Amino acid sequence: MKFSEQWLRSWVNPEASTEELVSKITMAGLEVDEYEAVAPEFTGVVVGEIVACEQHPNADKLRVTKVTNGSEEFQVVCGAPNARVGIKIPFAMVGAVLPGNFKIKKAKLRGVESFGMLCGDDEIGLASERADGIMELPLDAPVGADIREYLQLDDTIIDVDLTPNRGDCLGIAGLAREVSANFLTEVKAPEFQDVVAEIDDEFPVELDAPEACPRFVGRVIRDVNVQAATPMWMVERLRRSGVRSIDPVVDVTNYVMLELGQPMHGYDLDRLSGAIHVRMAEQGEKLLMLDGTEQELNSKTLVIADEEKALGIAGVMGGEYSGVNADAKNIFLEAAFFDKIAIAGKARVYGLHTDASHRFERGVDYQLQSKAIERATQLIIEICGGKPGPVSEVACEETLPKATTVKLRQQKVTDLLGLEIPCERIEALLSCLGLELTATDGSDGEAEWDVAVPSWRFDISIQEDLVEEVGRIFGYNNLPNTIPVAELRLKPIPEANVDLMELRRVLVARGYREAINFSFIDPKLHKLFDPECEPEHLANPISQDMSVMRTSLMPGLVSTIRHNLNRQQSRVRLFESGQIFLRKGDKLTQDLWFGGAVCGTRHPESWHGNNADVDFFDLKDDLEALFKRVGNADQYSFRAAKRPCLHPGQCAEIVRDGNVVGVIGALHPKVAKEVDIDSSVFLFEISADVLTAGEVTSFQALSKFPEVRRDMALVLDQATAAADVEAIIRSKAGEWLRDIRLFDVYSGKGVEEGKKSLALGVTWRHAERTLQDEEVNELFASIIDALSAELGATLRQ
Amino acid sequence: MENLQALTDAALAAVAAAGDAASLDQVRIQYLGKKGEISLLMQGLRHLSPEEKPKAGAKINEAKQTVQAAMNERRSFIEQAALDAQLAAESIDVTLPGRGEDVGSIHPVTRTMERISEYFRAIGFTVESGPEIEDDFHNFEALNIPDHHPARAMHDTFYMKDGSVMRTHTSPVQIRTMERYVAENREPPIAIVCPGKVYRCDSDQTHSPMFHQVEGLYVAEKVSFADLKSLLSDFMKVFLERDLEIRFRPSYFPFTEPSAEMDIEWGRKEDGSIKWLEVLGCGMVHPDVLRKSGLDPEKYTGFAFGLGVERFAMLRYGVHDLRQFFENDLRFLEQFK
Repeated sequence: MKFSEQWLRSWVNPEASTEELVSKITMAGLEVDEYEAVAPEFTGVVVGEIVACEQHPNADKLRVTKVTNGSEEFQVVCGAPNARVGIKIPFAMVGAVLPGNFKIKKAKLRGVESFGMLCGDDEIGLASERADGIMELPLDAPVGADIREYLQLDDTIIDVDLTPNRGDCLGIAGLAREVSANFLTEVKAPEFQDVVAEIDDEFPVELDAPEACPRFVGRVIRDVNVQAATPMWMVERLRRSGVRSIDPVVDVTNYVMLELGQPMHGYDLDRLSGAIHVRMAEQGEKLLMLDGTEQELNSKTLVIADEEKALGIAGVMGGEYSGVNADAKNIFLEAAFFDKIAIAGKARVYGLHTDASHRFERGVDYQLQSKAIERATQLIIEICGGKPGPVSEVACEETLPKATTVKLRQQKVTDLLGLEIPCERIEALLSCLGLELTATDGSDGEAEWDVAVPSWRFDISIQEDLVEEVGRIFGYNNLPNTIPVAELRLKPIPEANVDLMELRRVLVARGYREAINFSFIDPKLHKLFDPECEPEHLANPISQDMSVMRTSLMPGLVSTIRHNLNRQQSRVRLFESGQIFLRKGDKLTQDLWFGGAVCGTRHPESWHGNNADVDFFDLKDDLEALFKRVGNADQYSFRAAKRPCLHPGQCAEIVRDGNVVGVIGALHPKVAKEVDIDSSVFLFEISADVLTAGEVTSFQALSKFPEVRRDMALVLDQATAAADVEAIIRSKAGEWLRDIRLFDVYSGKGVEEGKKSLALGVTWRHAERTLQDEEVNELFASIIDALSAELGATLRQ
Repeated sequence: MENLQALTDAALAAVAAAGDAASLDQVRIQYLGKKGEISLLMQGLRHLSPEEKPKAGAKINEAKQTVQAAMNERRSFIEQAALDAQLAAESIDVTLPGRGEDVGSIHPVTRTMERISEYFRAIGFTVESGPEIEDDFHNFEALNIPDHHPARAMHDTFYMKDGSVMRTHTSPVQIRTMERYVAENREPPIAIVCPGKVYRCDSDQTHSPMFHQVEGLYVAEKVSFADLKSLLSDFMKVFLERDLEIRFRPSYFPFTEPSAEMDIEWGRKEDGSIKWLEVLGCGMVHPDVLRKSGLDPEKYTGFAFGLGVERFAMLRYGVHDLRQFFENDLRFLEQFK
């Protein structure tokens, strides 16, 4: 909320500079976003009156005026089209200094002498846009008065960012209460008399939805001159609160809202039919709003209606047809109390966030309505004249908020704030906020109070709320800092599992950089990577290209590779960990996955040459390095598989305990083309929960006895998987097997077309004795037999 | 014997002339080998009288030793020269860069979350996580943000089509952890930090639709606001590794009461006064939140805090543009360790 410092000071005026005021209310929880002078520095401008105005002899667009400052007349040449005899204007006399250090001197314009300048509002810093002409001051402006004093320009606009619990501060009265409590300075509210009714006219009001609107106060005022001008002081106070002056009735209702915090509305009495009904809208009922939009209402919306139609959305905005316009003569004023839950969210539904809805959603003082009506009547009659009818109030006591009392124990204050604050101090701190304390006898003679919560505070319902008030006004920074003391209690840390951070470090040591991509992606990109899986859709995405939840880390990694390839990088190595979102039937899983992607050369560019591009096996080695870090590489296997986004001949599922836990492969060339990448990209992703789950080391005694190794060169069908060969060897090699190592893969000259040769070394060792040649030969022979029988393998000659 | 001297001189000359190990060996064979010229002189001794033999023998031996010594010296010389030549040939430009892989980098957001978590782990907190698509209860209801609450509007929530939400803060992990304690019949103290991704439907220079938070929660008997102030002040100082002014300002969160925002000193104004920078929100856990999670607010109190990781990373490393965190430009990433 924006407000004028001078306005606030007319209610409560502590001996404090603007800076001190701003700092204090910030530290009381009313955070001041910014504050700025109402007008920039300038001097020498007074209220002037044009007493003569002639055409300039040598220039069509200029006039030669005579301006008085009350004691002397000056000839001033002026180009404003609205310059004319009788108007009052800001007159910068010779010697004046306008904003931007612009000095006014005696001048000659097209041969005519000019002593000073008549100013537009922009020229004295009151508007940022170039004005059409000179600023016309009210006709009652005192000629000769310093304009800064007359317009009260030595003022500051303070913008306070109120938290949603402090709706009570959305008015000068509420802010004044806070300032008073913080500076211990009394509030001196402007005095006004209740306006005595001059006529008997009332307009009937029915509360058809008393839960939503428990109180409606109205008043008829007849013979109002809506053409009257709003006084300058009010226009200025409104402007400094960011509210534009419209007509005196609207201005007054806005003024009272800003002053007291009670939103109001004025109706053209002659356009109301029968009676006011505060009721729920009919489903589909249409209403043309003041801002020109047509709304189709739903049945959860509270409206103000007459007997024919809805007149406005209660607490949000009035309608176009019933508002006060320039022709209105008789008006009906509304000051209602709407339940905040009834109003909450309505502005959002209709896209109509207004000053009124902002206040009602946060809670308006339910005792304030009559006072607001009286204040508004007084101001309207002062400005526009008119004959007021009596104040008519319709209320439903059962549904009005009840006065609440909250119990407060001194011990609770001590426990929660960590400081024992004396009883008298607690009483003083809370009393100055308008809370009434009644000491009661607590058990064990403990000090406690019944605290009556004032009608404007909707945010105090439990003891802790009161403790906050005590702490807030006492000052959070006056409370102690005490180091928390806790028990030294050890916690389990499973040794088998490896922290993901450790695995990140493994890839970092291998040249990978960590990326973090958005969890939502473009549905087109999703479809390219994972067409068979229906992703989760956001109902309200920021944009179409961030509208579905990723089902894989790959689209993000590939996009990031492209981003970098497009920025003169040719070698990219990335990894990412993050949740992926998969729906399996009714159940949505969102597990943490870990993925990597590489493209470009195997090694960084260097002087030593010999730098081929990465391939599948480079990436596989990096992945296996992760398994080795966890210590369970032997629990994983790979088997050829297909994925829509991966190369059908270079894609493997990662299998552990019979479950597919991840995938690795080359980006499908078709996909690469779609995303505009012309290098080969290799990718893997794996469940992070699986990846980090290992086992505690189980030590194997060292053998004193030598190993025996036998090598074999097998000729096999090209399509035979090395993993199958290894599996057969493992199944036949017996319990002394130590290691199987594939050390050569060859096809070409010397090997029949369609075949390949694999060379493997198999190593055995016995823990307690030296193995005999015969034993090993026997095992070796059975391996060869099995390979031959199951895979048609022959030994290469 | 008269040619012994000549022979010795010739042998010494040959040794001196030998340029490598092989020619030196030739010289050895020629003069000192079994049939070498000097060795053969020994055979001539048998023509001498027994009186002359020892003397002549000694002379020959002396000559052999002289030649042998010269030869040994020459051999060392040749070997040294060969080694020198080899070493010279093997010398390299030691200023060339090393061969092999670069070292990569951890994302600054991860690094910052890890640093923050580590401070709290070190004093007994555990690290917890939770789902990013949350139900309304955990993200809002249990945190005292009912459907109509104005704070909802401030959260700019992403909704899923089934009504669940992208979590708008890491606070739901508080609730899930307290619920788990209750379900497992465990009693507080509960001391956790919850780093993770959060989502808000807002995107511009200073807002990213996805960002990261770390939530902290400490619930035990007799936890006070003074505890909160102390712990968070210390945290800020250790995180930034310097002493600085810190203040707590009243604020409002539906799930804490009292609530505060913590500001830190971030430079000075011209007049010497402190420029304050808001860094995190915190407060005493609202009794309704404890109750909704199944804990007795009469017995336990606690504090909670939440901070924006990107903001902390920006403060720490001087990054100015929030959006760079998610562009993953290598030139950005490579600046972090």
